[in-house]
Amino acid sequence: MDKKQELRNEILKNLEKNSRIDLGELAVLLGVEEAEVANEVTEMEQEKIICGYHTMINWDKTGAEQVTALIEVRVTPQRNQGFDRIAERIYNYPEVNAVYLISGGYDLLVTLEGKTLKEVSLFVSEKLSPIDSVISTATHFILKKYKDHGTIMLPKKGSDRMAVTP
Amino acid sequence: MRNPLSKKIVQVEPSGIRRFFDVANEMEDVISLGVGEPDFDTPWRIREEGIFSLERGRTFYTSNAGLMELRKEICKYLERKIHVSYNPKTETLITVGGSEAIDLALRCMLDAGDEVLIPQPSYVSYLPCTVMADGVPVIVELKHENEFKLTVEDLEPLVSEKTKVLVMPFPNNPTGSIMTQEDLEPIAEFVKAHDLYVLSDEIYSELSYKGKHVSIASLQGMRDRTIVINGFSKGFAMTGWRLGYCCGPHLILEQMIKLHQFAIMCAPTNSQYAAVEGLRHCEDEVEEMRKAYNQRRRFLLHEFARMGLECFEPFGAFYVFPSIQEFGMTSEEFATRLLYEEKVAVVPGTAFGDCGEGFLRISYAYSLEDLKEALGRLGRFIQKLRNEK
Repeated sequence: MDKKQELRNEILKNLEKNSRIDLGELAVLLGVEEAEVANEVTEMEQEKIICGYHTMINWDKTGAEQVTALIEVRVTPQRNQGFDRIAERIYNYPEVNAVYLISGGYDLLVTLEGKTLKEVSLFVSEKLSPIDSVISTATHFILKKYKDHGTIMLPKKGSDRMAVTP
Repeated sequence: MRNPLSKKIVQVEPSGIRRFFDVANEMEDVISLGVGEPDFDTPWRIREEGIFSLERGRTFYTSNAGLMELRKEICKYLERKIHVSYNPKTETLITVGGSEAIDLALRCMLDAGDEVLIPQPSYVSYLPCTVMADGVPVIVELKHENEFKLTVEDLEPLVSEKTKVLVMPFPNNPTGSIMTQEDLEPIAEFVKAHDLYVLSDEIYSELSYKGKHVSIASLQGMRDRTIVINGFSKGFAMTGWRLGYCCGPHLILEQMIKLHQFAIMCAPTNSQYAAVEGLRHCEDEVEEMRKAYNQRRRFLLHEFARMGLECFEPFGAFYVFPSIQEFGMTSEEFATRLLYEEKVAVVPGTAFGDCGEGFLRISYAYSLEDLKEALGRLGRFIQKLRNEK
């Protein structure tokens, strides 16, 4: 791996964990000049390697009414367009959070956010299932998020280490 | 009643700063930079393997020298890392931490009156272990101007007919200093010229930030003069599992295994099974930890520079060793005041030998958030001291 790529990887790994990190501080951590880090970040934004800066939120703690569902979707791929066209029809709905093409027992995995179970069910029965190429759907509601985006949602326990050891 | 105690044991001095340690460990709300162990949990796959070994009922002794499976993995690992080959059957011993291996090695090599060259500042156990093995410790003071590396000039005036063993504590606790191939070569020549043996404590070998760690055992003619001591505590974040190992020539290892058999039987069985998993599958996790330490190391040095706190750049372990000589107080005074006035615990350099006077050991086995908070307090404290002057 060349030096530029290595630096980029290190920047990305740090940003992925903390998108709010100060670029000057990141430069110190990586042992390079701040301008170099800033340039790479700008370039990677332009190249759409960095697609956005999101925030991990534990909505459960806000008291907001929200349910998340994982929906397995089996579809018939369309001539010349494979799965892309049908995926597009699904991902354009704003309440759809993610759409993945999946290997195995079904084709698309859709994650969806809604206020209530009913709202999600209605979306599935009124929007998703009626799409011509959709053969079947199976909806799973998320009951509890233990870990998301590499972050364990439970509060971290205190350390058992002694304060001073040789 | 007769005195139940051995004179030899009573004469071994307890660590002079134990009092400081006790105070720091009992104080509440202390932000500590004083710990000599990783802040990372042991990688999960290692822990899971430890749990699985218990579920499988692997609760019996292993052979005295340790699980053959683990010894083989260790030999492969050393071949890969330091390019030295050992026979897992006759030249490898699994111990209860690296510290057991230090004790065994010295006891197996020393007769009464044999001298041991011990570079300081260094880990606290070489000296008492030498004394308990009836050896005579000869302290080699490492110098700040050499960035606490060992040089032949340091050794030359101290070697005698009686010198038998040289301790090589690199990467070094507490200074973070490392020895490169170029630094080691003259030392190896010195060792051969004086027909010495080397106890090379490489427990921090995974934590080298400037090129790969080089073992003195890999230098020409040194393999059969060196006992390499290493373990899982630092690189694999496994301090509490108590698992170390040593490799060296059969002649010495045979005696060490014998002693270990009588004193210990064998290292903890489930720790051994867990460690096999670590050596086979955790290279990436170890690398990630190394990178995290390196980032913190750079951060600390950058902050010291901003505060105007003098510190050479160390490239190993997870310690920095800044000088506090400008403040005109002892390391222990400084550390004690810092503890009481700002509730930050650091270790006075003198915990690791008299020549650590004027320095502090600051550990970066802490999250960046903790380091930032602690350095904020340290900066404030230093400012206060400068204003007092």
